[in-house]
Amino acid sequence: MTNILETKSLSISFGNLKAVSDVSMNVAASSITALIGPNGAGKTTLFGLLSGFLAPTAGSVTFNDHDVTGMLPYRMCRLGLARTFQIAMPFASQTVRENIAVGAHLHEKKRGAALEFADAIAERVGLTDQLGKSASSLTVGGRKRLELARALATRPTLLLLDEVLAGLNPQEVAGMIPVIRGICADGVTVLMIEHVMQAVMNLASHVWVLAGGQLIANGTPGEVTRDPHVIEAYLGHGMATRIAQMGRDEVSHV
Amino acid sequence: MKLQHTVIAVVAVLGAFALAPVVISSGFLLSLLIMVLLTTLMAQAWNILGGFGGQLSFGHAAFFGTGAYAMAILQVHAGLNAWLALVLALAASAILGAVIGGLAFRYGLRGSYFSLVTLAIAELLRILANAVPFTGAGVGIQLPLHASLSSLQFADKTGYLYFLLAFVAIGFALSLWLRHSRFGAYLLATRDSESSAQALGINVQRIKLLATAISAFLMGVAGVFYVQYFQYIDPGIAYGTAFSVQALVAAVIGGTATVFGPLLGALALQILGELTRNLMGGAPGVSLVIYGALLVLMVMFFPRGVAGVLKKR
Repeated sequence: MTNILETKSLSISFGNLKAVSDVSMNVAASSITALIGPNGAGKTTLFGLLSGFLAPTAGSVTFNDHDVTGMLPYRMCRLGLARTFQIAMPFASQTVRENIAVGAHLHEKKRGAALEFADAIAERVGLTDQLGKSASSLTVGGRKRLELARALATRPTLLLLDEVLAGLNPQEVAGMIPVIRGICADGVTVLMIEHVMQAVMNLASHVWVLAGGQLIANGTPGEVTRDPHVIEAYLGHGMATRIAQMGRDEVSHV
Repeated sequence: MKLQHTVIAVVAVLGAFALAPVVISSGFLLSLLIMVLLTTLMAQAWNILGGFGGQLSFGHAAFFGTGAYAMAILQVHAGLNAWLALVLALAASAILGAVIGGLAFRYGLRGSYFSLVTLAIAELLRILANAVPFTGAGVGIQLPLHASLSSLQFADKTGYLYFLLAFVAIGFALSLWLRHSRFGAYLLATRDSESSAQALGINVQRIKLLATAISAFLMGVAGVFYVQYFQYIDPGIAYGTAFSVQALVAAVIGGTATVFGPLLGALALQILGELTRNLMGGAPGVSLVIYGALLVLMVMFFPRGVAGVLKKR
């Protein structure tokens, strides 16, 4: 399988703080890949580096065989790499349809065509009923869908989703899972930062784990959730052995 | 409103202004209409950058004054034909806009910082115009009177009204274009969230720079008209705060980022200006006090301007 995205020793420091350090990872084309890690691990910073919002202090990013290290975000988007933001930032003065049309305009110069394309995208993410509403009137769930729709409207080949499921209730999460799977089925590679493990287990074929700015594990969802390093990163030092101990104790009680 | 309906409404309004000289013979009323149109033009100009683009300029006089001075200097000192001078003067305003926009946005100036820089540039130009010889310094420049179409001067007010109306029509066309084009959508998106706009493939610096240049071009037209109409310009008129404030206040009162807002705001300001002049006997500075009070009231109670109030009904 070919990789659509590759990083080599990617690092960024803010003063003395190494927010992302020596990250070499890759994303297979047409896959759903997850990036997980405890709060403050540097996931969103890494997304910033991948999408051009931050310039790395060292290392490189390769997208579709182009070296895109330090390239500006709008150029990345034109190459086919779109991202969403953790905190949804809709164009508040505009309707949902107009919001999505902004993304659609990347490939549609004509206003009418862009608005029509927006309608088609809205259908894919389940926003059809909200098209005429002001974007500022949307609920958190609606805003997340709008983030996704706008990015999708730029017709990306790689979509970076920054916690599109955070803040949604279980029902809304269940509603979004098939949407994301559908996007991948249409040939768009998805790299998602996610805390909702149910979704990660359900969607991702490969998982990268970031902690303290460094990659500590990667593999299938099943592999990484059993990895002692990952358990310690989430639950604290020594927890992996204690959990293993507890497991043995339970077995011996039976 | 749908595009066709808006276009019909714009054509109707422009038609009404075009018919005005036929119906109205009062010189006072024609002067008032001309001032309304001039304020509309300035508000339309400000609205492109400040309304659609969300970059609040406090120094649009920089573009007004540059258009006016270029028009006057090219005719008086360089002896150019008025039409050629018009083209060059508008180019000068637009280029100044592109340079200011280019530098300000290149260095990430936003919000109140951008406002202050525009204010400072207009003041800087006022001081320069007062100091250098070719602007006539404090004495200003007088344009020789020569009423003919080739010199863009007219024997009666009707000619000036049509001259102005042609450019107000361009202002309307630009507003309509912004409401129904990719560039307009990109400009609004940049205003609402620059990060989101960038993430969607928008070169926000370029969009803001172009918006500044277009806005400056239209404000330059107002300056050019002023010189042709009053045949006089000096640093205080050209680069003083009066026109910066008038452009901003009319646009905000009328309703930002709307097609009809500038006209509605200009009507409100000019009618109010006439009323206060009659009531207060033209005490100096009274109009600025009124503008200020009106701006505060509108922003507090009708932030979407007159156009917003009318739309709600």
